[in-house]
Amino acid sequence: MSTATLAAASLNLEPANESGMDQLLEIAMGPQHPSTHGVFRMNVVLDGERVVRLKPVFGYLHRNHEKIAENETYLGSMPYTDRLDYMCPLTNNWAYALAVEKLAGIQVPERAEYLRVITGELTRLQNHTCLIGFLMQDMGASGTPLMYAFRQREIILDLFEALTGARMMCNYMRFGGCRVDLPAGWLDQAKKVVADFPRFLDEYERLLVSNEILMDRTQDVGVLSKELAISAGISGPMARASGVDYDIRKVDHYSIYDRFNFRVPLGSHGDVYDRFMVRVLEMRESVSILQQALRDIPEGPIVDPKTKIRGFRPKPGEAYGRIEGPKGELGFYLVSDGSPNPYRYRVRPPSLINLTILEDLCLGRNVADIVVILGSIDIVMGEVDR
Amino acid sequence: MVGEGILKGLAETARNFFGSYVSKDRLTTVQYPEQREPQIEATRDFPFLVYDGADWQQGMRCVACQICEKECPPKCIFIEKSKDKKPDAFGKMQIYPATFNIDISVCMSCQICVEVCPFDAIKMDVEYHQSSDDRFGALLLNKQRLSKSNEYYNAIHPTEASAVDAQRAEELAKLEAKAKAAAEVKAAAEAKAAADANPALNASPQQPAGDPQ
Amino acid sequence: MTHLALMTQHLDQIFVLTSHWLLSYLPIALQPLCSAILSVAAIIIAFATLFALTTLLERKGLGRMQNRYGPNRVGPCGLFQPLADGVKSLTKEDIVPIRADRAVHFMAPVLLVAASFMGYAVLPIGRNMVMVDMNAGVLFFFAIGSLMELAVFMAGWSSRSKYSLLGAMRAIAQMISYEVPLVLASVVVLMQAGSLSTVAIVNMQATYSGIWPHWFVFTPWGFAGFALFMIAATAESNRSPFDLPEGESEIIAGYYTEYSGFKFALFFLGEYIGMFATSGMAITLFLGGWSAPFSFLTWIPSYFWFFAKLLTIISVFIWIRGTLPRLRMDQLMNLAWQFMLPMTLLNLLTTGIWHFMLPGFLRWIVCSTMVIVPCILLGSGLKYKKKFQIRTYHFSQ
Repeated sequence: MSTATLAAASLNLEPANESGMDQLLEIAMGPQHPSTHGVFRMNVVLDGERVVRLKPVFGYLHRNHEKIAENETYLGSMPYTDRLDYMCPLTNNWAYALAVEKLAGIQVPERAEYLRVITGELTRLQNHTCLIGFLMQDMGASGTPLMYAFRQREIILDLFEALTGARMMCNYMRFGGCRVDLPAGWLDQAKKVVADFPRFLDEYERLLVSNEILMDRTQDVGVLSKELAISAGISGPMARASGVDYDIRKVDHYSIYDRFNFRVPLGSHGDVYDRFMVRVLEMRESVSILQQALRDIPEGPIVDPKTKIRGFRPKPGEAYGRIEGPKGELGFYLVSDGSPNPYRYRVRPPSLINLTILEDLCLGRNVADIVVILGSIDIVMGEVDR
Repeated sequence: MVGEGILKGLAETARNFFGSYVSKDRLTTVQYPEQREPQIEATRDFPFLVYDGADWQQGMRCVACQICEKECPPKCIFIEKSKDKKPDAFGKMQIYPATFNIDISVCMSCQICVEVCPFDAIKMDVEYHQSSDDRFGALLLNKQRLSKSNEYYNAIHPTEASAVDAQRAEELAKLEAKAKAAAEVKAAAEAKAAADANPALNASPQQPAGDPQ
Repeated sequence: MTHLALMTQHLDQIFVLTSHWLLSYLPIALQPLCSAILSVAAIIIAFATLFALTTLLERKGLGRMQNRYGPNRVGPCGLFQPLADGVKSLTKEDIVPIRADRAVHFMAPVLLVAASFMGYAVLPIGRNMVMVDMNAGVLFFFAIGSLMELAVFMAGWSSRSKYSLLGAMRAIAQMISYEVPLVLASVVVLMQAGSLSTVAIVNMQATYSGIWPHWFVFTPWGFAGFALFMIAATAESNRSPFDLPEGESEIIAGYYTEYSGFKFALFFLGEYIGMFATSGMAITLFLGGWSAPFSFLTWIPSYFWFFAKLLTIISVFIWIRGTLPRLRMDQLMNLAWQFMLPMTLLNLLTTGIWHFMLPGFLRWIVCSTMVIVPCILLGSGLKYKKKFQIRTYHFSQ
């Protein structure tokens, strides 16, 4: 077949002739594909059903986020950070606010910190729920776990809407605190949601955890060794599933996470099943953090009164603010030259950094495994391409 | 046992199947457009301009300061100032916007314009049925389409609107008190000035020489 | 016979009596041909309607399992949805890829539908209601079933597209691998019934001892055979969890990626009709065909029982589809060759022992043990080999 040889030649590969009959097949998965989590293309070279090479191609969703930020004020970039990782807008806001607060030396009052932790952990819950739903959908479970996940997510999004005004593009954090205080009855509603969540987690686990088909498809698939994880800069649940004990909430002690009693789950095999289970366990820990935060939230101001909304000019300098986002280490690097617009604004996207080792994970596996491995890395193209 | 996990999964699905006929939280669909979800109070969709009273042109709170235009991140607000002035709710003569256009195909509902407005003139609406089949201009809302009354604002965001109303009433009361005090001082000063200008009139009356006939 | 008994008998035989009455108006020479045409028409109408109903039932059933309504806009409770789907598929543009082999591309869905409908010729749908009473009916059925695989391969090959080819290869491998346990699982019935004729098999099961029927599924070897047959039938019909050939999230639609409009609908139809036919064969072989489950229920017409059992099996198919993720190719193959084939062969041995032991409690014990113990052992052995771990996770200090 001349097409295969041409394709192989363009990749500088010899058509494999080991048994005399094998030829390499190059297919492009995406950018329009039901399971590539957005507009993402993978040029996969197959030998039968085994993957020989995999080249990810992205950039289809590039929206000049960093350049736009250079022409906007610091506050004006805040709504744009919502749209980076559009599954977790509140944690994006938080990372950006943290970076600006470091840059300008702003203090955050206590109630605002509690609000940030509450919304951040709720975001983590709904992100992990959806990720597991999408992973099951990619494995062919015709949407049932996905529907359950979205049912729970809707409940959390209702909470966000009552607090911030929008289900997804929340635009809630400000430099020095949060934008608006809790409306009446929100705390009780949130406590009820958090109290109901473990029951949903149990139901979910019953559907999934000891399911033989799931175990068969995810155990020993896409194994990421600890050394590779550290050297490639992998962060978040993906690194922790490989045994790397690195959770920025425990390392940086940012915000008020020191006050909460929570554990960090670690995996040992680094395969898809471990990444999946680490996220399920993290959800349980988030529920625990939420229960503590909702119980202990104090009264007080929600924003630092000295910070200006208009005409905000931080002193010249640079700062890097990072948080433990649901997908990994989300960081913002800002360089200020004293003007109302940042001189340089750079996002450290966890999805992109975690995506760089996709080829190493997929080599030698089947086509069906590619989709499962990609799902377990948890990428959102808004963040990969910015 | 082989297949145990599969059987547990099947039981879970069956429970959801039968549960969907029985309990509400296992069938969460809202049959749009016949049924609607109850509106959550804090929802924000696109901005609108608030006016007090009955006349939308006279009662408009906006004074065309153009702060929202400058702060809007995607730059979707377009304002032109007027040449003349009109009195605002506090009686002061203010300019007003001759044109005030918002392109809601660009607007990202971030609410920054509401945050920075010093006059409580622009607030977030809850109307999201803005789609139209006119490609050129149906999504560019002008001043008239944007203006909605304060009663409407109270209806859609009661907590926020009552706080704003209370604050404005307080300011009005303070202004009135100040004006009253100023008026009193002015009246006193006028009386004093009049007294100084005509001492004869104000001198205490001497005992008349004549008799009381 | 009493009036009631006569009436129930007439109700049971109503289709047979109607067709005899219709045919009596024709000359003798034409009667066999017209009888065949009439039967064919009846089967096509009945099962095409069942197909339409099943598509709707599937979507609504899946919907309810996923906490949502299924289609409920078109007609009351969405009953006209199949009509709407039919109109849609008829009015869509028929796209044939430019490099495709047009003749083969056209013939593949036609062959699929024709092959799947031919299987109904030997299924007894009611008492005296079989289209052709062959004395090698079961053999005929499985022979025709293999034609379906040919149609699948024709579809994948003629589309000249990488995705289609991948899908076709997978489909062929899967279907051929599962033919073996399918046929072996049915051989136990043939051993016990002593005949290849479907009518004879059903007649053997339509007797009662007390109120319990003599269905083969109520014996240890019959139960194992039924379970194995159903798993193989799921794989033959490319249904979840064996729907890798049409693995939607991986290679779009596999061997019928390049089909659109009516031909796509024909593929859909052919697959479902094949599913009904295999289920019908399972009902005939193991579940007693058209016989009632209890002896006091025999007054209900026989065709009603056949369709009731068919609908039950379809519901179970839908239930499984809504729950399980799909198996990967090599896992599918391992299941067929390493688990199901040994189990079917062991089942043959069990049936033989059952046949030669005296009826009584002892043979139940012996045969049940012979079925259950190897299943558990083999299952755990395979699980152990794959090292499925129920893992525990530790937390950082």
